[in-house]
This record gives sequence, C-alpha cells and structure tokens, in this order.
Amino acid sequence: MYKYDSYDQQMVDARVADFRDQVRRRLDGSISEEQFRPLRLMNGLYLQLHAYMLRVAVPYGTLSSAQMKMLGDIADKYDRGYGHFTTRQNIQYNWIKLEDAPDILADLASVEMHAIQTSGNCIRNTTSDQYAGAIADEVVDPRPYAELIRQWSTFHPEFSFLPRKFKMAVIASDTDRAAMRLHDIGIQIVKNAAGELGAAFYVGGGMGRTPMVAPCINEFVPIDQMITYSEACLRVYNRHGRRDNKYKARIKILVHELGKDEYTRQVEAEFAHLLTQGIEPPLAELERIKVQFADPAFATGLVDTLDRSDPDFALWVDNNTHTHRIPGYVVVTISLKPVGGIPGDASADQIRLMGDLAKDYSFDELRVTHAQNIVLPHVQKAELYALWQKLDAAGLGTANLDKIGDIIACPGLDYCSLANARSIPVAQKISQRFAAREQEIGELKLKISGCINACGHHHAGHIGILGVDRKGVENYQLLLGGSEGADTSLGTITGPGFDENGIVDAVEKATDVYLANKEGEERFLDTYRRIGMAPFKEAIYG
Amino acid sequence: MVETQFRFRADEPVADPAVTVDAFGDQTNAAAVRIEPGDDARDLIPHLDRIKLVEVNFPVFGDGRGYSAARILREAGYVGELRAVGDVLVDQLAYLRRCGFDSFAPERELNHADAEAAMARYPEVYSPTVDGLAPIWAKRHGHGAGN
Amino acid sequence: MKILTGNDLKTGDVTWWTGEGWSRHVEEAVDVGEHGEEIAARENALRHVVAPYVIDGARTEEGIRPAHIKERIRALGPTVRLDLSLKPADPAAGNWVI
Repeated sequence: MYKYDSYDQQMVDARVADFRDQVRRRLDGSISEEQFRPLRLMNGLYLQLHAYMLRVAVPYGTLSSAQMKMLGDIADKYDRGYGHFTTRQNIQYNWIKLEDAPDILADLASVEMHAIQTSGNCIRNTTSDQYAGAIADEVVDPRPYAELIRQWSTFHPEFSFLPRKFKMAVIASDTDRAAMRLHDIGIQIVKNAAGELGAAFYVGGGMGRTPMVAPCINEFVPIDQMITYSEACLRVYNRHGRRDNKYKARIKILVHELGKDEYTRQVEAEFAHLLTQGIEPPLAELERIKVQFADPAFATGLVDTLDRSDPDFALWVDNNTHTHRIPGYVVVTISLKPVGGIPGDASADQIRLMGDLAKDYSFDELRVTHAQNIVLPHVQKAELYALWQKLDAAGLGTANLDKIGDIIACPGLDYCSLANARSIPVAQKISQRFAAREQEIGELKLKISGCINACGHHHAGHIGILGVDRKGVENYQLLLGGSEGADTSLGTITGPGFDENGIVDAVEKATDVYLANKEGEERFLDTYRRIGMAPFKEAIYG
Repeated sequence: MVETQFRFRADEPVADPAVTVDAFGDQTNAAAVRIEPGDDARDLIPHLDRIKLVEVNFPVFGDGRGYSAARILREAGYVGELRAVGDVLVDQLAYLRRCGFDSFAPERELNHADAEAAMARYPEVYSPTVDGLAPIWAKRHGHGAGN
Repeated sequence: MKILTGNDLKTGDVTWWTGEGWSRHVEEAVDVGEHGEEIAARENALRHVVAPYVIDGARTEEGIRPAHIKERIRALGPTVRLDLSLKPADPAAGNWVI
C-alpha cells in the first residue's frame, strides 16, 4: 500500500489548517455562504437534507486496517455510529457539525487520509479495480497509476474551477470492474505488441441525465506521457466545456457536441504543446510508487482446497469469493447488503471489526467497491472458515454478491437534498421479496437512483430503477438491459412508472420472464439481450 | 478603476487602459489588453512582445477559464504583468498565482491578513506550472531545490 | 400557510422559524405570511441559519404538515432509520411523510 512521505503528509496537514481557517471565516462572517459553499464542497462537506454530510476520500478504494478503524472511530466520535460506503469507493457521514469538521480532518490526516476534492467542480477521487493486485487477469496493478493521478490532481491550480465535476477511473484488465467507460476519463493500462505499457484513454462517459459510454480517443499513450495527456484532455475541457447550462457542462456533452474526432484533434494539439512544458513526473516517481504496491509476503506451498461441509459456508464461498492469482489464497467480498438492510451502510463496530479482520487475515488491506461492498483481497483458504464465522456473527456474512439482493442504491430522499424519491425503502423491499429466490435467479445487478443524477447507477443495472417526483408523489421507472464492465450498455425504460409496491411487483414479473425464457447458463442480462424488451413489457404491463 | 490590491512585480505599473481582445488586433499602439472568459488567449500570442499588461476578468469566481488563459500566455513566454480582476477571492489567490498571475485587483477588497495567510499556506506543490516552483516529485528525485 | 425552514449554521440541524427564533420541531413553526424572504435574509445575515427557504404547509389535526414530502422527511428524519428521527419511539412515524 502507498505510504505518505513527509511531503504528502505536509499537504494534508496544510489542508486541515486551510479548512480550519475557512470554517473560522464562515462562522465569524468574513465570508458568505455563497463564497463558502465551493470551499466546503472542495473538502467534501455538503449541506444535506438533515445536516452537513462529510465525504471522505478512499483513493482507488484501498484502505489499511488502521485507516478503516479510524473511519469507525469517526462514526462514533462525530457522527451517529455508522457510515455509508458510496459508489465512488468513498465513505460519507450523514450527521456532521460544521464546527467539528476541521477536527475530523485532523483525525483523518493522522492516518494519511483526507476529504480533498470529494466534491466541487474539480477532479474527484480516482477510482480503480477493487481486485487490483489480487487477480490474474490484470496487465499490472493499476493503483500506482491512480496514485500518480491522485498527486497530479490534488490542488491542481488550473483545474479547480472546471465547468463541472470530473471523475476518473483507472483499470488494467479487460474485465472492467470499475465501470471505467462511464467516467469523464477512463484509463485502461495496456501493453502493446512490443511489451511496453501505455494508457488507453476513454473520454466523455458518464451517467446522470444524459448517460453516455465513453469513446476511446487514444488507444495507446506511452506510460511516461499519461499525466501530460490527462492535462491536455482537461485543458480542452476547462476552456471549451459549456458553462451556460449546468446540465450540459460535463465533458461528455463537449465530446458529443464537438464530436469525438474534433475533441481528439484539439487534445492532440494541446498534448503536443504540453509535452514541451516538462509537466510529466519522471518514471523514477512511478517506480517509487510501484515499490509500495509490491506483493505482500504470500506464503507458498499452501493447501488449495476448502472444507465445504458447512452448507452455509459453502454458499458464501460460492457467492462471495473470487479466485486469487496465488494458489492457496482467495479474494473475499464482504457484502454490505444484508436482507432488508440499507445498502452500503455499516455500523462503527462493523467498520472496526472489518479493520481488525484485515489485519488478521488479509495483510492489513481492505478495498471499497463501487458496488458498496468491502473486499479483503488476500485471504488464505485455510483461514477462510474462521474468517467467515466472525463475519457472520457480526451480520457481515450475507452470501449474495452480484445477486439481486446485492443492490446499489443511492441515499435517496431519506438523506439527499437533490433526490426526488426514496431509494432505500425500495431496495429493502426488493431484497426481502427475493431473499429466498436469489440463488435461483443468479447474477442480476439491480441499481436504484432516487433522481436523474444517477448516483445509484440505474442506467448500468441489468435492472435499473429511477425514482422521480410525480406531482409530489414518489414514482419509480423501470429500466432493463444496462451493464457496466467490458460489455457496457445503457438500460432502456420499460414504460410508465410505478408506486413503491408496484415497482417491486414489476421487478418480480421481469425475473419471471427471465426464468421462463432462460436457456442454458444465461444470466438475466443475456436472456434480455437475446429476446429483447417485448416479452418483458407484455408481462409487466399486459 | 479598481485598485490593484496585491502586486508581485518590481516594475512600474502600466497606466494604459486595457482594450478588448477584438480591439487589440487593430490598435497597434495598445499595450494593455483585457481577456474575458470566452476569449482565446492564443489570439494574443503573435503580439506578446508589445503587451505590458494582460487583465483577465473573472465575472464570477467559479468560471475557471481564466486559469487556463493565464497559463497559456506564460507558457508562450509572456513576461509582462498578468492581473486577475473581478470576483477574485481569498481562497483563489494561491491557485491564480500558480497559473502565472502576478497582480490582483479584486472588485471587493480582500482582508489583507487572510489573503496573505492563504497564499502562504501550502509549503509544497504536486504539479509543476509556469511559476517555477519545483514539484514534490522533482524534490523526491533530486531535480529541484532542496531534496 | 407559509413556513420558513433552514439548517442551523453550526450544527446543521434542520430548523423551523417560530416567530421568535428557530426550533427543531416543525409543530412550532409559524405562518410567516408575506415576510418569509425578509426574515430569511435577516437571519441568514445574522448567521443564525444557513440556506433558509420558504415552503407551503398546512395546519392539520396532527400539527403542521409541510406540503412536500421532502420537507416532511426533513421534519421527521430518515424514514429508514426512525431510531435517528425525532420520533424514535413511534414505529409508525414514517407513515406521516407519505
């Protein structure tokens, strides 16, 4: 894992002092709310429905045990005993006092964490593959590249007042587990025929009210020019992105309006110029970072078998573990989606427990996933049963990864001031309705957003649900056929919306159509793609 | 005209009124020009040798196009005064300086002590720009001042 | 009736204008008539409140009821965590917001 040196530490410490001063000026009246708002947002502090909300960055989703335990302690000390893991691999707290915020940042800084640029019209936290470093299908571990981007983007002087927010993701395998093509910039680290590393740039993807899948604008930027190319992409956007209409200000609209070719031409011209400016960190810096992501001391000669005699354990293993690249190890995903629970929420005790378990079972490392779960990346098979028992006893043993109960849901109108409808109660009802049948239904990614901003990724759900406000009453639209990953596609709306119970019934009808039409090993998405919308529509509205 | 509150240059300020980018091309004797957010700073590059002052206007602080305009001019070798005017606030000063601004004429006067503190707060920088500060990566690898 | 709501600047708590000050309880809100914007501007300048705004409400048998579901959720708390709401002892409290 990346460890701060004295330079990194100085930067987050200075940020604490900076924000403390900004809060002081707000409280003593030196600056107005209008002036303070962008400052607090650039530090992840929102004014939400019930209180201030603080979003803490988890760079590329990677955490140490001590960091995780601090997140649990903060939940107890400054909030109401829980935290919410988000679709951008971050954590947010819902009940923060403005006057406490600088102290929270100081506590975070003590474990090399921060809330820098977790909101605002700037470059946000860079996300990555939650299995990075643990699975066989990656070209390299993508996280050193994400760390290089983290440093480049932190307090970037030119790009802190962009037309709109800017989200980047970095992956290094063809199996995209980070929804890379639904980001403002998605980078896939690739190897060319000569065996050299480079970065494929996908620019202009995103969800929100105008969902778009990012086109590839350059298939191979040499790895020692990745930062310069990013700078060129951003400069063209900062200069020419629309600022007349907030809803057309994301880079996807610029790329769409200019056309991919013209946008690319402008980026290449700016890139040629910026190459003369010496802004690229030397490869030695990348090597310095890479060393810190070196493999932990994996044991060799381990048994590679499991005792599956406990059926509950066997079910959990089949659902929630993934093949590790080292024999004798597995990748474990801890579901934060208990039946009837709030997707992504964890109590302070659960957060601390996961931190302890990471230390005892996973080389001191955890990951947050964009599907709002937690990963222990390196667990010995021989210790898996003991780990599972501890998780299960703490309500963290739900066996449902990528099943219909593993729902992505935004906080919705229960917490969010932008929402039009509640998301969580719908997630809870679906999770309860299908709890007994989710193994039969198999892989089914269901995603719920409480408004058109699509924080719940509804466009990319095999089944997506969008909450809207219809004359002051919550109403839910159903979408089918979305997907993230290597086969990224956007869902299609089935037709008129439903009330809260109606949408749960509609989801059931859709799964019934799937089960009746399924051929062989088809997933819900495969069947939908083969038979199309019509049979689903007929069952739902007929 | 709004007072220049901070100026980090030793030379005499230019007294000429700043003209628009459009007008500038035709006025071969003008030495001061004002860039609005929609203007292309690169239009000025052929004329940099006769420009002594560029004002970049920030009608609202959230419109960040002026940051790119400033860097583009400095990257093209402009050495004259680069002044941020308009809705320039305390917490933007450090970013603006890094992009090459060396004078500030905020439409509302800033608290002097707050502004000085904000400009001095960050001891290091991650990204190199035209301001000549060695980025952290350069110091780590012995390319810059200190190490 | 028109009622005025916002959040406490320091704590972030949801608050309602009572005619004399701010309360966390919507039942104590008063009809601000045509004066909402004026009170909001004054209280905002005094830093007693952040992001104040005027909404429609009605006096019902159950007390004052904001017209829109969003403010009813603000008045109660998250419906999915009634233990954290202003009515933790009432398991049916969530029905009020719908």
